[in-house]
Amino acid sequence: MKIAEKKAIKRESIIQTALQLFSVNGFHKTTIPDIAGKLQMSVGNLYNYFSSKDILAQEIIKYTSETLGKKIRVVNELDVSAEQKIHKIVDIYFTMAKEKPEMIEYFLRVYLSNREVFSGDCQGMVCVSGFITEIMVFFDDAVSSGELRNQDFFSAFGLFMGYLGGMVFLKGEDVLPQGIEFYIDDISRNIYNALKA
Amino acid sequence: MKPKLLWLQAITCNGNTHSFLNHPDLFSILSHFEIVHHPALDGSYSMEDVIAGSVPCDILILEGSFVEEGFLKGGIEVSKLIKTYANKAKHIISAGTCATFGGIFKQKDPDKISGFCFDLGEKTSRYASYASKLVSLPGCPMHPKWMSYVLMMIANNRVIEIDNLHRPVELYGYTVHTGCTRNEYFEWKIDTKNFGLKEGCLFYEQGCQGPHTRGSCNKILWNDVSSKTRSGTPCFGCTEPTFPQISLYSTKTNMGIPAKMPLGIPRRAYLTLTGVTKSFKIKRFTERLMDYDK
Repeated sequence: MKIAEKKAIKRESIIQTALQLFSVNGFHKTTIPDIAGKLQMSVGNLYNYFSSKDILAQEIIKYTSETLGKKIRVVNELDVSAEQKIHKIVDIYFTMAKEKPEMIEYFLRVYLSNREVFSGDCQGMVCVSGFITEIMVFFDDAVSSGELRNQDFFSAFGLFMGYLGGMVFLKGEDVLPQGIEFYIDDISRNIYNALKA
Repeated sequence: MKPKLLWLQAITCNGNTHSFLNHPDLFSILSHFEIVHHPALDGSYSMEDVIAGSVPCDILILEGSFVEEGFLKGGIEVSKLIKTYANKAKHIISAGTCATFGGIFKQKDPDKISGFCFDLGEKTSRYASYASKLVSLPGCPMHPKWMSYVLMMIANNRVIEIDNLHRPVELYGYTVHTGCTRNEYFEWKIDTKNFGLKEGCLFYEQGCQGPHTRGSCNKILWNDVSSKTRSGTPCFGCTEPTFPQISLYSTKTNMGIPAKMPLGIPRRAYLTLTGVTKSFKIKRFTERLMDYDK
Protein backbone atom coordinates (compact mmCIF):
# COMPACT_ATOMS: atom_id res chain seq x y z
CA MET A 1 0.00 0.00 0.00
CA LYS A 2 1.32 3.42 -0.91
CA ILE A 3 2.07 5.97 1.80
CA ALA A 4 -0.64 8.30 0.50
CA GLU A 5 -3.25 5.54 0.76
CA LYS A 6 -2.16 4.67 4.28
CA LYS A 7 -2.38 8.28 5.28
CA ALA A 8 -5.87 8.59 3.80
CA ILE A 9 -7.06 5.57 5.80
CA LYS A 10 -5.52 6.96 8.98
CA ARG A 11 -7.10 10.33 8.32
CA GLU A 12 -10.53 8.80 7.97
CA SER A 13 -10.09 6.75 11.15
CA ILE A 14 -9.24 9.96 13.02
CA ILE A 15 -12.38 11.60 11.63
CA GLN A 16 -14.58 8.68 12.62
CA THR A 17 -13.15 8.42 16.12
CA ALA A 18 -13.35 12.16 16.71
CA LEU A 19 -16.87 12.16 15.32
CA GLN A 20 -17.97 9.65 17.94
CA LEU A 21 -16.25 11.40 20.81
CA PHE A 22 -17.51 14.86 19.83
CA SER A 23 -21.07 13.56 19.39
CA VAL A 24 -21.18 11.77 22.75
CA ASN A 25 -19.08 14.05 24.97
CA GLY A 26 -19.52 17.37 23.19
CA PHE A 27 -16.99 19.52 21.36
CA HIS A 28 -15.51 21.35 24.34
CA LYS A 29 -15.20 18.35 26.61
CA THR A 30 -13.37 16.30 24.00
CA THR A 31 -9.65 16.99 23.75
CA ILE A 32 -7.08 16.11 21.14
CA PRO A 33 -5.30 13.82 23.65
CA ASP A 34 -8.67 12.00 24.14
CA ILE A 35 -8.93 11.37 20.41
CA ALA A 36 -5.26 10.39 20.04
CA GLY A 37 -5.55 8.09 23.07
CA LYS A 38 -8.51 6.23 21.65
CA LEU A 39 -6.63 5.74 18.38
CA GLN A 40 -3.47 4.72 20.21
CA MET A 41 -1.45 7.34 18.42
CA SER A 42 0.61 10.20 19.73
CA VAL A 43 -0.85 13.68 20.03
CA GLY A 44 2.02 14.99 17.89
CA ASN A 45 1.23 12.55 15.11
CA LEU A 46 -2.46 13.48 15.16
CA TYR A 47 -1.46 17.10 14.65
CA ASN A 48 0.32 15.98 11.47
CA TYR A 49 -3.15 15.21 10.09
CA PHE A 50 -5.15 18.07 11.59
CA SER A 51 -3.40 21.17 12.83
CA SER A 52 -6.12 22.11 15.33
CA LYS A 53 -9.28 20.83 16.98
CA ASP A 54 -11.32 23.42 15.09
CA ILE A 55 -9.96 22.26 11.74
CA LEU A 56 -10.71 18.64 12.68
CA ALA A 57 -14.27 19.64 13.60
CA GLN A 58 -14.67 21.39 10.24
CA GLU A 59 -13.38 18.37 8.35
CA ILE A 60 -15.86 16.17 10.20
CA ILE A 61 -18.85 18.21 9.15
CA LYS A 62 -17.63 18.06 5.53
CA TYR A 63 -17.24 14.29 5.91
CA THR A 64 -20.74 13.73 7.33
CA SER A 65 -22.28 16.08 4.76
CA GLU A 66 -20.57 14.27 1.88
CA THR A 67 -21.51 10.84 3.26
CA LEU A 68 -25.16 11.81 3.48
CA GLY A 69 -24.98 13.66 0.13
CA LYS A 70 -23.67 10.55 -1.65
CA LYS A 71 -26.61 8.50 -0.37
CA ILE A 72 -29.12 11.12 -1.48
CA ARG A 73 -27.41 11.35 -4.87
CA VAL A 74 -28.20 7.66 -5.41
CA VAL A 75 -31.87 8.48 -4.74
CA ASN A 76 -31.75 11.50 -7.05
CA GLU A 77 -30.53 9.30 -9.88
CA LEU A 78 -33.40 6.81 -9.51
CA ASP A 79 -36.24 6.94 -12.02
CA VAL A 80 -39.00 7.19 -9.40
CA SER A 81 -41.53 9.82 -8.37
CA ALA A 82 -40.75 12.73 -6.04
CA GLU A 83 -43.08 11.16 -3.48
CA GLN A 84 -41.03 7.97 -3.51
CA LYS A 85 -37.80 9.94 -3.37
CA ILE A 86 -39.02 11.79 -0.27
CA HIS A 87 -39.73 8.45 1.36
CA LYS A 88 -36.27 7.16 0.50
CA ILE A 89 -34.54 10.32 1.77
CA VAL A 90 -36.46 10.15 5.06
CA ASP A 91 -35.56 6.47 5.30
CA ILE A 92 -31.87 7.22 4.71
CA TYR A 93 -31.86 9.99 7.29
CA PHE A 94 -33.65 8.04 10.01
CA THR A 95 -31.74 4.83 9.31
CA MET A 96 -28.52 6.77 9.67
CA ALA A 97 -29.82 8.31 12.90
CA LYS A 98 -30.47 4.81 14.19
CA GLU A 99 -27.43 2.93 12.94
CA LYS A 100 -24.83 5.69 12.94
CA PRO A 101 -26.36 8.21 15.31
CA GLU A 102 -23.08 10.06 15.65
CA MET A 103 -23.39 11.29 12.03
CA ILE A 104 -26.63 13.18 12.69
CA GLU A 105 -25.92 13.96 16.34
CA TYR A 106 -22.72 15.68 15.27
CA PHE A 107 -24.66 17.99 13.03
CA LEU A 108 -27.29 18.78 15.66
CA ARG A 109 -25.19 18.91 18.80
CA VAL A 110 -21.77 20.03 17.59
CA TYR A 111 -22.20 21.88 14.30
CA LEU A 112 -25.35 23.81 15.22
CA SER A 113 -24.36 24.34 18.85
CA ASN A 114 -20.80 25.62 18.44
CA ARG A 115 -21.12 28.21 15.72
CA GLU A 116 -17.90 29.97 16.72
CA VAL A 117 -15.94 26.90 15.59
CA PHE A 118 -17.53 26.96 12.15
CA SER A 119 -17.94 30.68 11.53
CA GLY A 120 -14.69 31.25 9.64
CA ASP A 121 -13.79 28.92 6.81
CA CYS A 122 -16.91 26.87 7.37
CA GLN A 123 -19.58 29.56 7.38
CA GLY A 124 -22.94 29.23 5.68
CA MET A 125 -23.08 26.26 3.34
CA VAL A 126 -19.35 25.96 2.72
CA CYS A 127 -18.84 22.75 4.70
CA VAL A 128 -22.26 21.22 4.17
CA SER A 129 -22.48 21.74 0.42
CA GLY A 130 -22.14 18.01 -0.31
CA PHE A 131 -25.51 17.48 1.32
CA ILE A 132 -27.21 20.77 0.38
CA THR A 133 -26.33 20.35 -3.30
CA GLU A 134 -28.17 17.02 -3.46
CA ILE A 135 -31.23 18.50 -1.76
CA MET A 136 -31.15 21.31 -4.34
CA VAL A 137 -30.96 18.74 -7.15
CA PHE A 138 -33.90 16.87 -5.63
CA PHE A 139 -36.05 20.03 -5.43
CA ASP A 140 -35.04 21.16 -8.92
CA ASP A 141 -36.04 17.81 -10.45
CA ALA A 142 -39.29 17.59 -8.48
CA VAL A 143 -40.41 21.10 -9.50
CA SER A 144 -39.34 20.55 -13.13
CA SER A 145 -41.47 17.42 -13.30
CA GLY A 146 -44.43 19.30 -11.83
CA GLU A 147 -44.67 17.14 -8.71
CA LEU A 148 -43.69 19.76 -6.15
CA ARG A 149 -44.90 23.34 -5.92
CA ASN A 150 -42.44 26.02 -7.00
CA GLN A 151 -41.53 28.20 -4.02
CA ASP A 152 -38.58 29.76 -2.25
CA PHE A 153 -35.84 27.20 -1.66
CA PHE A 154 -35.49 27.86 2.05
CA SER A 155 -39.24 27.57 2.70
CA ALA A 156 -39.15 24.06 1.33
CA PHE A 157 -35.73 23.16 2.71
CA GLY A 158 -36.68 24.29 6.23
CA LEU A 159 -39.85 22.27 6.17
CA PHE A 160 -38.09 19.13 4.95
CA MET A 161 -34.83 19.13 6.88
CA GLY A 162 -36.08 21.02 9.93
CA TYR A 163 -38.72 18.34 10.38
CA LEU A 164 -36.21 15.49 10.06
CA GLY A 165 -33.67 17.21 12.31
CA GLY A 166 -36.35 17.85 14.92
CA MET A 167 -37.38 14.21 14.99
CA VAL A 168 -33.79 13.02 15.35
CA PHE A 169 -33.27 15.55 18.13
CA LEU A 170 -36.31 14.13 19.94
CA LYS A 171 -34.91 10.65 19.45
CA GLY A 172 -31.60 11.82 20.94
CA GLU A 173 -33.49 13.21 23.94
CA ASP A 174 -35.12 9.79 24.27
CA VAL A 175 -38.65 11.19 24.29
CA LEU A 176 -40.06 9.38 21.25
CA PRO A 177 -42.43 6.60 22.33
CA GLN A 178 -41.57 4.56 19.23
CA GLY A 179 -38.35 3.75 17.39
CA ILE A 180 -37.45 6.38 14.78
CA GLU A 181 -38.20 3.99 11.89
CA PHE A 182 -41.85 3.88 13.04
CA TYR A 183 -42.27 7.46 11.81
CA ILE A 184 -40.85 7.08 8.30
CA ASP A 185 -44.15 6.52 6.47
CA ASP A 186 -46.16 9.24 8.19
CA ILE A 187 -43.43 11.84 8.03
CA SER A 188 -42.73 11.11 4.36
CA ARG A 189 -46.43 11.56 3.62
CA ASN A 190 -46.61 14.76 5.63
CA ILE A 191 -43.63 16.25 3.81
CA TYR A 192 -44.99 15.28 0.42
CA ASN A 193 -48.44 16.68 1.22
CA ALA A 194 -46.92 19.94 2.38
CA LEU A 195 -44.71 20.38 -0.70
CA LYS A 196 -46.74 18.85 -3.52
CA ALA A 197 -47.98 20.96 -6.43
CA MET B 1 -12.96 41.95 -59.92
CA LYS B 2 -15.01 42.66 -56.79
CA PRO B 3 -17.29 39.91 -55.48
CA LYS B 4 -20.93 40.59 -56.34
CA LEU B 5 -23.14 40.97 -53.30
CA LEU B 6 -26.90 40.45 -53.27
CA TRP B 7 -28.99 41.15 -50.15
CA LEU B 8 -32.40 39.44 -50.32
CA GLN B 9 -35.22 39.80 -47.86
CA ALA B 10 -37.91 37.27 -47.00
CA ILE B 11 -40.28 37.71 -44.02
CA THR B 12 -38.50 40.42 -42.08
CA CYS B 13 -38.76 43.60 -40.04
CA ASN B 14 -35.61 45.01 -41.76
CA GLY B 15 -33.78 44.89 -38.44
CA ASN B 16 -30.61 43.38 -39.85
CA THR B 17 -30.56 45.82 -42.75
CA HIS B 18 -30.76 48.68 -40.29
CA SER B 19 -28.22 47.14 -37.96
CA PHE B 20 -25.66 46.84 -40.74
CA LEU B 21 -26.27 50.44 -41.80
CA ASN B 22 -25.04 51.43 -38.32
CA HIS B 23 -21.57 50.05 -39.01
CA PRO B 24 -19.10 52.92 -38.49
CA ASP B 25 -17.02 51.70 -41.46
CA LEU B 26 -19.94 50.70 -43.67
CA PHE B 27 -18.76 52.25 -46.93
CA SER B 28 -15.17 51.21 -46.46
CA ILE B 29 -16.34 47.61 -46.10
CA LEU B 30 -18.75 47.79 -48.99
CA SER B 31 -16.00 49.22 -51.21
CA HIS B 32 -14.62 45.67 -51.43
CA PHE B 33 -17.82 44.46 -53.13
CA GLU B 34 -20.13 45.28 -55.97
CA ILE B 35 -23.64 45.63 -54.57
CA VAL B 36 -25.87 44.14 -57.21
CA HIS B 37 -28.99 44.72 -55.13
CA HIS B 38 -29.75 45.81 -51.58
CA PRO B 39 -33.08 46.77 -49.97
CA ALA B 40 -31.80 50.15 -48.73
CA LEU B 41 -28.62 50.96 -50.67
CA ASP B 42 -28.05 51.68 -54.34
CA GLY B 43 -27.30 48.60 -56.39
CA SER B 44 -26.35 47.96 -60.00
CA TYR B 45 -29.54 46.01 -60.67
CA SER B 46 -33.21 46.69 -59.98
CA MET B 47 -35.61 44.47 -58.08
CA GLU B 48 -37.22 43.63 -61.42
CA ASP B 49 -33.86 42.30 -62.64
CA VAL B 50 -33.53 40.29 -59.44
CA ILE B 51 -36.99 38.81 -59.89
CA ALA B 52 -36.13 37.94 -63.49
CA GLY B 53 -33.32 35.78 -62.08
CA SER B 54 -30.69 37.35 -64.30
CA VAL B 55 -28.55 39.11 -61.70
CA PRO B 56 -25.00 37.80 -61.05
CA CYS B 57 -24.34 36.82 -57.43
CA ASP B 58 -21.22 35.67 -55.55
CA ILE B 59 -22.39 36.41 -52.03
CA LEU B 60 -26.02 36.03 -51.07
CA ILE B 61 -27.13 37.62 -47.82
CA LEU B 62 -30.49 36.37 -46.62
CA GLU B 63 -32.61 38.34 -44.19
CA GLY B 64 -35.94 37.15 -42.77
CA SER B 65 -37.77 33.90 -42.10
CA PHE B 66 -38.32 31.42 -44.89
CA VAL B 67 -41.57 29.91 -46.12
CA GLU B 68 -41.92 27.68 -49.19
CA GLU B 69 -45.30 29.03 -50.30
CA GLY B 70 -47.44 32.12 -49.80
CA PHE B 71 -44.88 34.94 -49.51
CA LEU B 72 -44.61 36.73 -52.86
CA LYS B 73 -42.67 39.68 -54.25
CA GLY B 74 -43.48 41.04 -57.70
CA GLY B 75 -45.78 38.08 -58.20
CA ILE B 76 -43.11 35.46 -57.57
CA GLU B 77 -42.61 33.22 -54.54
CA VAL B 78 -39.66 34.59 -52.58
CA SER B 79 -38.61 31.02 -51.78
CA LYS B 80 -38.06 30.43 -55.49
CA LEU B 81 -36.05 33.63 -55.79
CA ILE B 82 -33.88 32.68 -52.84
CA LYS B 83 -33.16 29.23 -54.26
CA THR B 84 -32.26 30.68 -57.66
CA TYR B 85 -29.58 32.88 -56.14
CA ALA B 86 -28.55 30.40 -53.47
CA ASN B 87 -27.65 28.03 -56.32
CA LYS B 88 -25.61 30.74 -58.07
CA ALA B 89 -23.83 32.09 -54.98
CA LYS B 90 -20.42 30.94 -53.75
CA HIS B 91 -21.28 32.11 -50.21
CA ILE B 92 -24.60 32.34 -48.37
CA ILE B 93 -24.85 34.40 -45.20
CA SER B 94 -28.04 34.11 -43.16
CA ALA B 95 -28.30 37.50 -41.46
CA GLY B 96 -30.21 37.41 -38.19
CA THR B 97 -32.12 34.77 -36.26
CA CYS B 98 -35.14 34.72 -38.59
CA ALA B 99 -33.11 33.75 -41.65
CA THR B 100 -31.02 31.35 -39.60
CA PHE B 101 -33.49 29.54 -37.33
CA GLY B 102 -36.96 31.00 -37.98
CA GLY B 103 -36.95 33.57 -35.19
CA ILE B 104 -39.80 35.90 -34.35
CA PHE B 105 -41.72 35.45 -37.63
CA LYS B 106 -41.81 31.68 -37.19
CA GLN B 107 -44.37 32.30 -34.45
CA LYS B 108 -46.96 33.27 -37.10
CA ASP B 109 -47.04 29.73 -38.55
CA PRO B 110 -44.60 27.50 -36.67
CA ASP B 111 -45.21 24.46 -38.87
CA LYS B 112 -44.42 26.19 -42.15
CA ILE B 113 -42.10 29.09 -41.37
CA SER B 114 -38.45 28.43 -40.52
CA GLY B 115 -34.93 29.59 -41.25
CA PHE B 116 -33.47 28.83 -44.65
CA CYS B 117 -31.23 25.93 -43.64
CA PHE B 118 -32.34 25.43 -40.03
CA ASP B 119 -35.73 25.13 -38.40
CA LEU B 120 -34.96 26.10 -34.81
CA GLY B 121 -31.88 23.90 -34.29
CA GLU B 122 -32.86 21.20 -36.82
CA LYS B 123 -31.60 21.00 -40.39
CA THR B 124 -34.20 21.74 -43.08
CA SER B 125 -34.51 19.83 -46.36
CA ARG B 126 -32.49 22.62 -47.98
CA TYR B 127 -29.51 22.18 -45.67
CA ALA B 128 -27.75 19.47 -47.67
CA SER B 129 -27.83 21.55 -50.86
CA TYR B 130 -26.39 24.71 -49.34
CA ALA B 131 -24.44 23.71 -46.22
CA SER B 132 -21.06 23.86 -47.95
CA LYS B 133 -21.38 27.61 -48.53
CA LEU B 134 -23.45 28.64 -45.52
CA VAL B 135 -22.45 30.99 -42.70
CA SER B 136 -25.03 31.69 -39.97
CA LEU B 137 -25.15 35.07 -38.23
CA PRO B 138 -28.06 34.76 -35.78
CA GLY B 139 -29.02 37.69 -33.59
CA CYS B 140 -32.06 39.90 -33.30
CA PRO B 141 -30.58 41.76 -34.96
CA MET B 142 -27.08 40.52 -35.80
CA HIS B 143 -24.30 42.87 -34.78
CA PRO B 144 -23.06 44.91 -37.78
CA LYS B 145 -19.47 43.95 -37.02
CA TRP B 146 -20.34 40.25 -37.13
CA MET B 147 -21.42 40.82 -40.73
CA SER B 148 -18.34 42.84 -41.58
CA TYR B 149 -16.12 40.12 -40.09
CA VAL B 150 -17.64 37.52 -42.41
CA LEU B 151 -17.61 39.79 -45.45
CA MET B 152 -13.98 40.78 -44.98
CA MET B 153 -12.93 37.18 -44.42
CA ILE B 154 -14.60 36.30 -47.72
CA ALA B 155 -13.08 39.32 -49.47
CA ASN B 156 -9.65 38.17 -48.32
CA ASN B 157 -10.22 34.52 -49.25
CA ARG B 158 -9.85 33.43 -45.64
CA VAL B 159 -11.44 30.29 -44.19
CA ILE B 160 -14.17 31.01 -41.60
CA GLU B 161 -14.23 28.42 -38.82
CA ILE B 162 -17.82 27.54 -37.96
CA ASP B 163 -19.69 25.46 -35.36
CA ASN B 164 -22.39 22.83 -35.95
CA LEU B 165 -24.99 25.53 -36.66
CA HIS B 166 -22.56 27.24 -39.07
CA ARG B 167 -21.93 30.19 -36.73
CA PRO B 168 -18.38 31.60 -36.91
CA VAL B 169 -16.62 30.40 -33.77
CA GLU B 170 -14.62 33.60 -33.63
CA LEU B 171 -17.91 35.41 -32.92
CA TYR B 172 -20.09 32.75 -31.26
CA GLY B 173 -17.48 30.66 -29.43
CA TYR B 174 -18.06 32.92 -26.45
CA THR B 175 -21.16 33.39 -24.38
CA VAL B 176 -22.76 36.82 -24.01
CA HIS B 177 -21.67 36.51 -20.36
CA THR B 178 -18.04 36.83 -21.48
CA GLY B 179 -16.95 40.38 -20.88
CA CYS B 180 -20.09 41.40 -18.99
CA THR B 181 -19.25 44.14 -16.51
CA ARG B 182 -21.43 42.34 -13.93
CA ASN B 183 -19.25 39.24 -13.80
CA GLU B 184 -18.08 39.86 -10.24
CA TYR B 185 -21.70 39.85 -9.11
CA PHE B 186 -22.29 36.62 -11.02
CA GLU B 187 -19.28 35.03 -9.33
CA TRP B 188 -20.62 35.94 -5.90
CA LYS B 189 -24.27 35.21 -6.79
CA ILE B 190 -25.59 38.67 -6.06
CA ASP B 191 -28.79 39.69 -7.84
CA THR B 192 -29.44 43.13 -9.18
CA LYS B 193 -32.30 44.82 -7.41
CA ASN B 194 -33.73 46.56 -10.45
CA PHE B 195 -33.27 47.15 -14.16
CA GLY B 196 -30.79 49.84 -15.13
CA LEU B 197 -28.67 49.60 -11.98
CA LYS B 198 -24.94 49.14 -12.45
CA GLU B 199 -24.78 46.76 -9.49
CA GLY B 200 -25.80 43.13 -9.38
CA CYS B 201 -26.18 40.26 -11.81
CA LEU B 202 -29.30 39.86 -13.96
CA PHE B 203 -29.06 36.05 -14.23
CA TYR B 204 -30.74 35.09 -10.96
CA GLU B 205 -34.01 36.97 -11.10
CA GLN B 206 -34.19 39.33 -14.07
CA GLY B 207 -34.16 36.75 -16.86
CA CYS B 208 -30.63 37.21 -18.24
CA GLN B 209 -29.71 34.43 -20.66
CA GLY B 210 -26.13 35.62 -21.17
CA PRO B 211 -24.46 32.67 -19.41
CA HIS B 212 -26.06 30.16 -21.80
CA THR B 213 -26.29 32.26 -24.97
CA ARG B 214 -23.60 32.26 -27.62
CA GLY B 215 -22.50 35.64 -28.88
CA SER B 216 -19.87 38.32 -28.48
CA CYS B 217 -22.16 41.20 -27.41
CA ASN B 218 -19.92 41.98 -24.44
CA LYS B 219 -16.73 41.62 -26.44
CA ILE B 220 -17.71 43.51 -29.59
CA LEU B 221 -19.87 46.22 -28.07
CA TRP B 222 -23.02 47.66 -29.64
CA ASN B 223 -22.44 51.09 -31.19
CA ASP B 224 -18.89 50.58 -29.86
CA VAL B 225 -20.28 51.68 -26.49
CA SER B 226 -22.32 49.17 -24.52
CA SER B 227 -24.46 46.04 -24.41
CA LYS B 228 -27.82 45.02 -23.01
CA THR B 229 -26.37 43.53 -19.86
CA ARG B 230 -23.91 46.35 -19.29
CA SER B 231 -26.74 48.85 -19.40
CA GLY B 232 -28.92 46.81 -17.06
CA THR B 233 -31.24 44.82 -19.34
CA PRO B 234 -31.17 41.03 -19.45
CA CYS B 235 -29.80 39.20 -22.49
CA PHE B 236 -32.80 37.69 -24.33
CA GLY B 237 -30.84 34.83 -25.88
CA CYS B 238 -31.58 36.20 -29.35
CA THR B 239 -28.77 34.33 -31.10
CA GLU B 240 -30.04 30.92 -30.06
CA PRO B 241 -32.36 28.60 -32.04
CA THR B 242 -34.80 28.77 -29.12
CA PHE B 243 -35.39 32.52 -29.57
CA PRO B 244 -37.90 34.03 -28.85
CA GLN B 245 -39.07 32.65 -25.55
CA ILE B 246 -41.59 33.97 -23.05
CA SER B 247 -41.15 35.94 -19.80
CA LEU B 248 -37.90 37.49 -20.96
CA TYR B 249 -37.64 39.70 -17.88
CA SER B 250 -37.80 36.99 -15.26
CA THR B 251 -35.60 33.98 -14.63
CA LYS B 252 -37.36 30.64 -14.63
CA THR B 253 -36.38 28.98 -11.38
CA ASN B 254 -37.23 25.80 -9.55
CA MET B 255 -37.29 26.64 -5.84
CA GLY B 256 -34.82 29.44 -6.49
CA ILE B 257 -32.51 27.30 -8.65
CA PRO B 258 -32.10 28.57 -12.24
CA ALA B 259 -33.89 26.14 -14.54
CA LYS B 260 -31.16 26.51 -17.16
CA MET B 261 -27.51 26.25 -16.23
CA PRO B 262 -24.65 28.33 -17.68
CA LEU B 263 -23.38 26.78 -20.94
CA GLY B 264 -21.63 23.46 -20.36
CA ILE B 265 -21.66 23.71 -16.56
CA PRO B 266 -22.91 20.53 -14.82
CA ARG B 267 -25.77 21.27 -12.43
CA ARG B 268 -24.02 19.76 -9.38
CA ALA B 269 -20.90 21.80 -10.03
CA TYR B 270 -22.95 24.98 -10.35
CA LEU B 271 -25.06 24.29 -7.24
CA THR B 272 -22.02 23.41 -5.14
CA LEU B 273 -20.33 26.63 -6.13
CA THR B 274 -23.52 28.62 -5.55
CA GLY B 275 -23.98 27.23 -2.05
CA VAL B 276 -20.42 28.12 -1.13
CA THR B 277 -20.30 31.62 -2.62
CA LYS B 278 -23.69 32.56 -1.20
CA SER B 279 -22.32 31.80 2.25
CA PHE B 280 -20.14 34.88 2.16
CA LYS B 281 -21.18 38.46 2.39
CA ILE B 282 -18.80 40.73 0.50
CA LYS B 283 -19.20 44.27 1.72
CA ARG B 284 -18.12 45.88 -1.56
CA PHE B 285 -20.93 44.14 -3.42
CA THR B 286 -23.59 45.38 -1.03
CA GLU B 287 -22.85 49.03 -1.80
CA ARG B 288 -23.31 51.31 -4.80
CA LEU B 289 -20.23 51.18 -7.03
CA MET B 290 -19.90 54.96 -7.08
CA ASP B 291 -20.12 55.26 -3.29
CA TYR B 292 -17.57 52.64 -2.34
CA ASP B 293 -14.26 54.08 -1.06
CA LYS B 294 -15.66 57.59 -0.98
